[in-house]
Amino acid sequence: MAVPGQRRSPRPRTLGLGVTAAVAALVLAACGSGSSSSSGSSITELDYYSDQQGSAAWQQVLDGCQQQTGVTVKRQSLPTDQLLPRLLQAGPHSLPDLAFTDNPTLQQVASTGALTPLTDYGFSAAGYAQSIVQAGTYQGKIYGLAPGVNGLALIYNKDLLTAAGIQPPTTWDELKADATKLTRGSQYGLAFSAVATEEGTWQFLPFFWSNGGDLSKLDSPQGVQALQYVSDLVSDGSTSKSVLTWNQNDVADQFVAGNAAMMINGSWNLARLDSTANLHYGVVPIPVPQAGKQPVVALGGEVGIIPATGDATQQAAAKVLSCILSDKTMSSWDKGHAYVPSKTSVATTFGQQNPEMQPFVSEVATARSRTAQLGDKYAKVSTALGAALQSALTGQQSPQQALTQAQQQATGS
Amino acid sequence: MTVLTDGVVGAPVRSAGPRRPRPRHRGRDRLVRLAFLLPAVLYVLVFFGYPLVNNISISLRDYTTRSFFTGEAPFVGFANYGTVFTDPLFGRAVLNTVLFTVGSIFFQFTIGLALAVFFAGRFPGSTLLRSLLLLPWLLPLVVSGAVWRWMLDADHGVINAALRALHLTSDPTPWLTSTSWALPAVILANVWIGIPFNLVILHGGVQAIPGTLYEAAALDGAGRWQRFRHVTWPLLRPVTSIVLMLGLVYTIKVFDVIMVITGGGPANATQTLTTWSYQFSFRLYEFGPGAAVGNLLIVVATVFGLVYLRSARTTLAEEAR
Repeated sequence: MAVPGQRRSPRPRTLGLGVTAAVAALVLAACGSGSSSSSGSSITELDYYSDQQGSAAWQQVLDGCQQQTGVTVKRQSLPTDQLLPRLLQAGPHSLPDLAFTDNPTLQQVASTGALTPLTDYGFSAAGYAQSIVQAGTYQGKIYGLAPGVNGLALIYNKDLLTAAGIQPPTTWDELKADATKLTRGSQYGLAFSAVATEEGTWQFLPFFWSNGGDLSKLDSPQGVQALQYVSDLVSDGSTSKSVLTWNQNDVADQFVAGNAAMMINGSWNLARLDSTANLHYGVVPIPVPQAGKQPVVALGGEVGIIPATGDATQQAAAKVLSCILSDKTMSSWDKGHAYVPSKTSVATTFGQQNPEMQPFVSEVATARSRTAQLGDKYAKVSTALGAALQSALTGQQSPQQALTQAQQQATGS
Repeated sequence: MTVLTDGVVGAPVRSAGPRRPRPRHRGRDRLVRLAFLLPAVLYVLVFFGYPLVNNISISLRDYTTRSFFTGEAPFVGFANYGTVFTDPLFGRAVLNTVLFTVGSIFFQFTIGLALAVFFAGRFPGSTLLRSLLLLPWLLPLVVSGAVWRWMLDADHGVINAALRALHLTSDPTPWLTSTSWALPAVILANVWIGIPFNLVILHGGVQAIPGTLYEAAALDGAGRWQRFRHVTWPLLRPVTSIVLMLGLVYTIKVFDVIMVITGGGPANATQTLTTWSYQFSFRLYEFGPGAAVGNLLIVVATVFGLVYLRSARTTLAEEAR
């Protein structure tokens, strides 16, 4: 556009050529921008820690590792749901040198062939919790390792439970009875998220798995029973029907506002609960179907991946990743962000030093990776399971019907 | 535009008489004309042609996350369209899209028209009120959506609180959590967002109707309703058809409002073709069916666009007579 204006009395032919050239230049510029630099002492990094507190904590980690390794890290932070599209759309020439992606999406990214196995750089999975190693493994090779993991637990309002004279529940029966007892006026006994996204599935999985549900056979009796249990919590009124629209932040809002006496939520909310005046909360593992069983929660957390961007940048990225995964950095990042260290030995000390994190730490041992069994088929099964959850909770279908249909959808072409 | 160039540039050359270099001039003229066309053609090719062709190509391929890097996407013909048409959600999504579009446009248009006629008369504060009514248009859709989601909350939403305070209902209405209420709820939000657009354009149309016609009608004994029915309504017709057509194209592609308020839920009760296409592409990573659904929307919008162009041409022809 600027080209014709710069020339006085342009001749028609050159005008046309000028515009063509300008457009071509634009297109070329658009294609070329974002390509990673080839210098080994500087790398680009991509993550989705875009909330204020998380972003600051992560920046500290990166700053520390820049100093330690001498590698300059150019950071880019995106909202959670934009990270995967960004990685996919990048194409082979504009990949970041180091990225941290939600662990179930690793399968999708690794299946593209854009990643390099971490074992190439001398990383070893020894000492890490087994489930996070599974989450980072695609077709037998380790492509991602996480500096921290998270899971769900039951967070309760101490004052409300004491006033009602009850102990935090440990089994499904207790949870149901307590939730009913704690429901009065505008206050619900329990809050969780059953929203129509991956968040909803992720919140339902602890119930589904702890009862012996199986992702490759959604409509097994154990799975149906779990869905029946959760939909009973909603239909008997001890949980608001609005769980269908609440994401996990909304759930935390309800808890903080005193509208829910207990909630199912992740450790990353603890900092916010700490900063709320006059709120006394406690954390226990997610209640299990029968006393004595172990809760099986889904494993959350981001894994560090090294895309194939050229040997020099890959080596530099590996240096930075290895610094991030070192015991010391891991421990301080997890403290800052309320995650659980992914190395078992670090986690044990961490749990002793941070008692409110202990329930999350103990759950990691039995936690399960969402993609270990299904690989990149997980996305389809998760969507089907999420739809069944919504269908049952709205009363559209019985849990049995909903899961039968979900199983058909999940296995259909 | 080409016609215009032809008349202006072409005419003097012809009148310049039978001079020798004419054929050469002819060639240059043609180049000039082409050069003027070039920016528009390039723009259309780069920003409409390429994405459209690409989308059609993706819809005919087995396009997965892998394809982005390897470029391998086997051609599968119309299999993706088959997947879409036989999916149990297809009928639901189409019906929801129709209900959402028709419901939104009907209320946006009637309320917008009523307000446009209302603001045709001048009264103190009318300009201020009218500019305040534009507010929904200025807000980012995601903000509007988030606010509506909060207002529609069954337990603590301001709408249910208001209904309770007015003793209109005793039980809270489960706006976003019941499969029968969710679609009306998102339509309600979208109507609120769409009223300003209808109001502004229809108001312009109403203002353009000469006041003398109303005077004449009043002298002939026409009441308020008759003046609207026999003066405003027929004279507003060209504007009406533009508003309805643009409204249709805008509404059929609405994505953000639904995504923010319900995310297509509960239990797919508000799943429209746009949100369903998103679900295919970015939750299931099945880009082929996602593109196929997108193409269906393009076809529908194009059909209505052609219908509009045709009716506009007949209107123009009528007016020329």
